[in-house]
Amino acid sequence: MHIDDVIQFSFHALQSYRTRTYLMLLAMAIGVASVILLTSLGEGARIYVTQQFSSLGTNLLIVLPGRSETTGGMPPIMGETPRDLTLQDVMAMQRSRHVKQVAPIVVGAAPVSYQQLEREVMIMGSTANFFSVRQVTTSRGQILPEMEISRASPECVLGYSLYKELFGSLSPLGKWVRVSEYRCRVIGVLEEEGMSMGMDMGEMLIMHAASAQALFNVNSVFRVLVEAHSQDEMDKAREDVISIIRERHDGEDDITVLSQDALLSTFNRILTALTYSLGGIAAISLLVAGIMIMNVMLVAAAQRTTEIGLLKALGAPRKQIILLFLTESACLSLIGAMLGLCFGLLGNWILQRYFPDFPFQAPDWALWSAVAVALSTGLIFGLLPARHAADLDPVLALSGR
Amino acid sequence: MIKLEHIARTFKVGDELVHGLDDVSLDINDGEYISIMGPSGSGKSTLLNAIGLLDKIDAGRYFLDGTDVTELSELEQAGVRREKIGFVFQTFHLIPRLTAAENVALPLTLAGVEHEERKQRVNEALQSLNLTDRAHHRPDQLSGGQRQRVAIARAVVTKPVVILADEPTGNLDHASGIDVINILETLNKQGITLLLVTHDIELGERAHRIIHMMDGKVLS
Repeated sequence: MHIDDVIQFSFHALQSYRTRTYLMLLAMAIGVASVILLTSLGEGARIYVTQQFSSLGTNLLIVLPGRSETTGGMPPIMGETPRDLTLQDVMAMQRSRHVKQVAPIVVGAAPVSYQQLEREVMIMGSTANFFSVRQVTTSRGQILPEMEISRASPECVLGYSLYKELFGSLSPLGKWVRVSEYRCRVIGVLEEEGMSMGMDMGEMLIMHAASAQALFNVNSVFRVLVEAHSQDEMDKAREDVISIIRERHDGEDDITVLSQDALLSTFNRILTALTYSLGGIAAISLLVAGIMIMNVMLVAAAQRTTEIGLLKALGAPRKQIILLFLTESACLSLIGAMLGLCFGLLGNWILQRYFPDFPFQAPDWALWSAVAVALSTGLIFGLLPARHAADLDPVLALSGR
Repeated sequence: MIKLEHIARTFKVGDELVHGLDDVSLDINDGEYISIMGPSGSGKSTLLNAIGLLDKIDAGRYFLDGTDVTELSELEQAGVRREKIGFVFQTFHLIPRLTAAENVALPLTLAGVEHEERKQRVNEALQSLNLTDRAHHRPDQLSGGQRQRVAIARAVVTKPVVILADEPTGNLDHASGIDVINILETLNKQGITLLLVTHDIELGERAHRIIHMMDGKVLS
């Protein structure tokens, strides 16, 4: 039997049971479309996070106090209190010739007020280096001036939305704002910028690290951002930072140095796993569609008993009847998969239009594997009904019993 | 051409064994016109199905054109059905979604005959049965007699050596029935062996040879 005849025969059969065929196609299409949409959601999340991290600045190391052990188990209850990182430590890090610049970060929340307006915002204590490390600039005024790191000075830079809320259309430069019980002079306003790493730079006040320490009454810094001269020097810079701090902390390694790459690859791994599992969950609906195909084809075999008997009488061997029925389920799943592909990509496109910031993008593997899974479930679940049909006794089948 | 030796076929009905065919031996020559007659349940159809290789036989040997077809595999038996045997059924068994021409073409389609040749042979078959103007009608647009003629066209399109007709007039009025029998007799005159199962005595007696059956046995 020619392959075009096989396909034509199957199409005729599918056409003559229209409602059932359409419902079946719908089930398959929903399965494939959900695989595509869910994986594109996961993949979108991955791309989104990756983009966020790369906006952090390049060649960046993040130093945090305390050592995070990767041995597992409970952390010790006593001892192991990490020494704080101090501004002196930060200055010392600068000594490494692989380190381009260092920016300490002291954070806390405090009320910021100007005249009658008050906002509770995040206060970031740092140095002039912070602006170049994080690649942020001011839209008006200037950034924090270079000065000795341990010196406090009542100067601050406002985030864009904080400035809008406090000053409206007035010029803030040179005005004094109250930060908790301190006062500082506004010397600049950051550029209007979106979210970055979950931190809204707009709702932030940046002051000198030493001033922030005085404000929050601490001697330590929360994080230190270390920028290496180049990508190649990242490892050397990391080693230097660790050894400098070991020297200063009585030979103890009590800091953790994260690199942006390490963070990125961790997130990448987590989010890729998420995408896979979303795809897997959606694949269950493909399985359900496969079982529906089996059900439908079993009913078809029962309804078309006399036809199968006739085919046998006309000289169709077992193989041929299996082929005809398998072709029907393959057509169902293939067309369903193609419809699903269209639905999925259309849904993706609609989501992209409504959420332009979020990169919805179905990974290529999801597209072809959804279709492949759809086709193979169709074939696997079509096999049983096909064999069932082929095994019918022609005499009984023709007598309609 | 057809030689049956001590054929037996038993069915299990409940706890009882029923002899569908009981030690049937039969010789049928090329071009014969035979009617098989007998009351319901006498084994007429079972005999026809056994000759048509639709039914398995439990004992005995069956030679068709000199080959022992009981020895053949499922695939080979399907081949024999396809090439040598044409069936005509009481209820026509046309596929409702296919047109008359497509129904006639079906055995050729299954056999993988090329499109051109298929078309030509279908046209010939339809023409010989005066169905050319009905070629693109579906079965539900045809009368009973026309449907049976389509079924006969389907049976002869493969140029079989034997036509097995099981009550071909059973679902037709008298005039259409006579018409169908005339067609089958014409085919017989062209050399095709014709086996006709019927319980219509008038039709049965038109055959050259009548086989009477009772309780799975051939009486004469």
